[in-house]
Amino acid sequence: MRPTASRLLNILVPIKRAVDYAVKIRVNPQQTGIDLNVKHSMNPFDEIAVEEAVRLRERLKDAVSSIKVVTIGPPKAAETLRTALAMGADSAVHIEVPDTAPAPEPLGVAKALRALIEREKAAGGIDLVIMGKQAIDDDAGQTGQMLAGLLGWGQATFASKVDIDAGARTAVVMREIDGGSEEMSARLPLVITTDLRLNEPRYASLPNIMKAKKKPIEKLTAADLGVDFTPRLETLKVTEPPTRTGGGKVGSVDELVAKLKEAGFTAV
Amino acid sequence: MSRFIRHCTGWRRLYSSVGASDIDHFKSILPPAAILSTVSPSALPSAELDPYNNDWMGKYHGSATTVLRPKTTQQVSDIVRWCASRNIAIVPQGGNTGLVGGSVPLHDELIVSLANMNTVRSFDPVSGILVADAGCILQSLTDYVAPHNHIMPIDLGAKGSCHIGGNVATNAGGLRLLRYGSLHGSVLGLEVVLPDGTILDQLTTLRKDNTGYDLKQLFIGAEGTLGIITAVSVLTPPSPQASNNVILALPHFDNVLPLYKTVKRQLSEILSAFEFIDRTAYDLAVKHGQGRALSDEDVDGAACFVLVETSGGRREHDEEKLTDLLTSLLEADSPLINTGVLSQNPAQFSSLWALREGVTEAVSKEGKAYKYDISIPLASFKDVVDATREHLRSKGLLGDHAVKHVLGYGHVGDGNLHLNIIAAAYTQEIQDALEPFVYELVASYRGSISAEHGIGAMKTHALHYSKNDVSIEWMKKIKALFDPLGIMNPGKVLE
Repeated sequence: MRPTASRLLNILVPIKRAVDYAVKIRVNPQQTGIDLNVKHSMNPFDEIAVEEAVRLRERLKDAVSSIKVVTIGPPKAAETLRTALAMGADSAVHIEVPDTAPAPEPLGVAKALRALIEREKAAGGIDLVIMGKQAIDDDAGQTGQMLAGLLGWGQATFASKVDIDAGARTAVVMREIDGGSEEMSARLPLVITTDLRLNEPRYASLPNIMKAKKKPIEKLTAADLGVDFTPRLETLKVTEPPTRTGGGKVGSVDELVAKLKEAGFTAV
Repeated sequence: MSRFIRHCTGWRRLYSSVGASDIDHFKSILPPAAILSTVSPSALPSAELDPYNNDWMGKYHGSATTVLRPKTTQQVSDIVRWCASRNIAIVPQGGNTGLVGGSVPLHDELIVSLANMNTVRSFDPVSGILVADAGCILQSLTDYVAPHNHIMPIDLGAKGSCHIGGNVATNAGGLRLLRYGSLHGSVLGLEVVLPDGTILDQLTTLRKDNTGYDLKQLFIGAEGTLGIITAVSVLTPPSPQASNNVILALPHFDNVLPLYKTVKRQLSEILSAFEFIDRTAYDLAVKHGQGRALSDEDVDGAACFVLVETSGGRREHDEEKLTDLLTSLLEADSPLINTGVLSQNPAQFSSLWALREGVTEAVSKEGKAYKYDISIPLASFKDVVDATREHLRSKGLLGDHAVKHVLGYGHVGDGNLHLNIIAAAYTQEIQDALEPFVYELVASYRGSISAEHGIGAMKTHALHYSKNDVSIEWMKKIKALFDPLGIMNPGKVLE
C-alpha cells in the first residue's frame, strides 16, 4: 500500500467526560439531576474509540496523517482531552461550555461536530469519525447516527472489528447485532461507533503523559461554530429506582409454590 | 519430632478435654445454637467443625471437639471462668484468616469463636472513634463508617472475613500502615476477658490517657495468649477525598531507596503507599491473569517496580504534586525510573493495585510457596532475595525439579519484605535448606522474622532469632502472671 498525498487519513474522535462508571450515582435533593461532584473520567466507549484510532495508525503507519480528539464540555473536560492525547492522539479541540450550562443533547452535539468537520475541510478534511456508541451518563446512543445523517456519510455502528484500506478508501466493519455479528463494507468518509469488544484501551505511559502536555488544544465556543446547545428536551424529574425490598426464606417446596402463586406466577 | 511427642504427652497431663458435663454447663451459659460439639449428647459429625479446626491455607489442623459462639462479654467471661476451674485449654478464634496457625487448636482445645459478637457499640462522627465488638468483620466496619466519611485505619487482603478483634490480637499490618501507623497507635481501648474470667474494661475513647501502665498494649499482638479481646475502641481517620496511583519501572534495585526518598520529600503528607515488586513477582502476576499495565517495551529492562499511592483532601492539589514529581523523575539527568503508568480512572486505579495484590494469588497458582514475612533494613531487600536464591542454587535445589522461583515484594515504606520461595512441591529437603538459613540471615541484619504475620504456632521455635533471652524471659513472666494455668491459646507465641 503506497498512499498518495491526497489519500492520507484524517481521523476525528469525539469524546465525552462522564461520571466514572465505578462511582455510585446519587440523585440530587432537588431531583433535577445527579450529584456531579464525583470522580469523572472519559466515557469508556470513547476510550475504545481513541484506542482504535491509535491502533489504526499503528497498523497503517503513515497512511494516518492525523488523529484529532474533540470534546464538548466544561473547563475540566480538558483533562479528558489530555488523557486522549496521552494515549496517542495528535491534537485536540475543546468546545467549551460553562460549568452551569445544561448538558448538550445529541442533536446539538452532532450539529457541532458537523460544523467542526466543515471547518476542517480547509485543513485536509476528515475521512473517518470514530466515536463511542453511547455515553454512559445519559445512554442516549444517538449522536453517531445523527452525525452521519447530517453529513450524508455512511455509518457503521456498534463496531467490534474495523479494517481500513486507506488506498481504496474503504472499510470493513464487524457490527454487534442481536444474536451475532454482521460484517459490512463501506466507503470513506464514514462514521464508526464503537462497541465494548472492539479493543481494550491502553494505559497512558508517563513519557506519553508528559508529551501530551505539549500537544495543542484549540479552544472554541458554540458561537464560533454557529451552533446552539439550548436543550430541546425538558427533564421533569430524576428519581432513583425503587429500593429492593428484602426477600424471605421458605421452609419447603410447597410453601415456595404457594408464595409464587400468591405473587401471580403460574406454570407455563 | 521429639519436641512434638514430648509436647503431646505433656499436654494430657496439663489440660482436660471437654466432656459431657462441660457441655451441660455451657448450656446454662449459652443457647443451644451457640454450642457446636461432637461430644454426646449433641454429637455433631466432626466435619461440622472443620472450618474451625483448620486454617484457610489447609496447613494447620486441630482436633477440637467443641466450638462455643458467645454473643456477650459476660458469656465469654462465664465460659473462661469455667474452663479455668476445669483446666480446659482455650483457643480464641476470629475470622481464622491468620497465616501462622495462631487461631486453630493444636490438640483438642475448646474453640471460642467471636463471630456472634458482631455489633457496633458506638461511633462518634466528630472524633471518629468507633467502639465495636471483637467479632465485627473488618469490611463491615469499613462500610459502617464510610457514610460518615471515615475509613478504618487498617486494610488487608482478608478484609471480607477477618475480625477486628483478630486484627488487634495479631497486631495485623496491611496496606495502610505507612499512612496510619500500627494498631498500637490507633487502638484507644480494649475490653478483654482475662484467663481467670475477669473482665478487664479498658474500653476508653480517649486520645490521651497518661495514667500509668498502658495494659491494653500487651494484648495487641499477644495472639490471644493473655486473654480474649471482646471489644475494641479504635480511632478511624477521615476518608481521603482523592486517591491516585502510579506504577514505576526501575532499571536497578539500587534506585529504589533514592526513589523512596524523593517520593517522600515531594509528596509528603499525601503519600499513602510505596510498594515494591521485583521483576519475578511482576512477571508472575501478569502470567496469572493480572492486566499488563505496562507495554512490553516499557517492561523491557526493568529490574523491579514500585507502586506509589497518594490519598489526600483535594484532587487538584494531589494531582499537581504527583505531576511535578513525575516530571522531575522523567526529566532528571540520570533518571531513577525507566517509565511508568499513571492511572487515569478508578478502573485503572484498581487494576494497578491488583497487580501488586495479585502477586499473592499468582504465587499460589505457580506452585507450593514457602512464605517469609520479614522486616529488614530497606537497603538489604535485594541482598536477602539474592542470598536466598544463591543458597538454594548452591544446594542444587534451584530448577524446575525443586525451587522454581525466589521472589520478593512488599511494603518498602514499612521495611517489610515478603520473601517467597515457589517450589514444585513441599519437601523436607527444601525446608531444611531454608530454615534456619532465612532466620539466621534475617537475624544477621537485626531484622524481624515476622513483620506482620505474627508468631502463631509456626514460628515459636524461631522466636529467639528476633527476641533475645532477656526479652523472652520477661515475655514468659508476663504470660505466667496473666495466665498461671497456661490455658489461653497454649503453644502459640511462646513454646
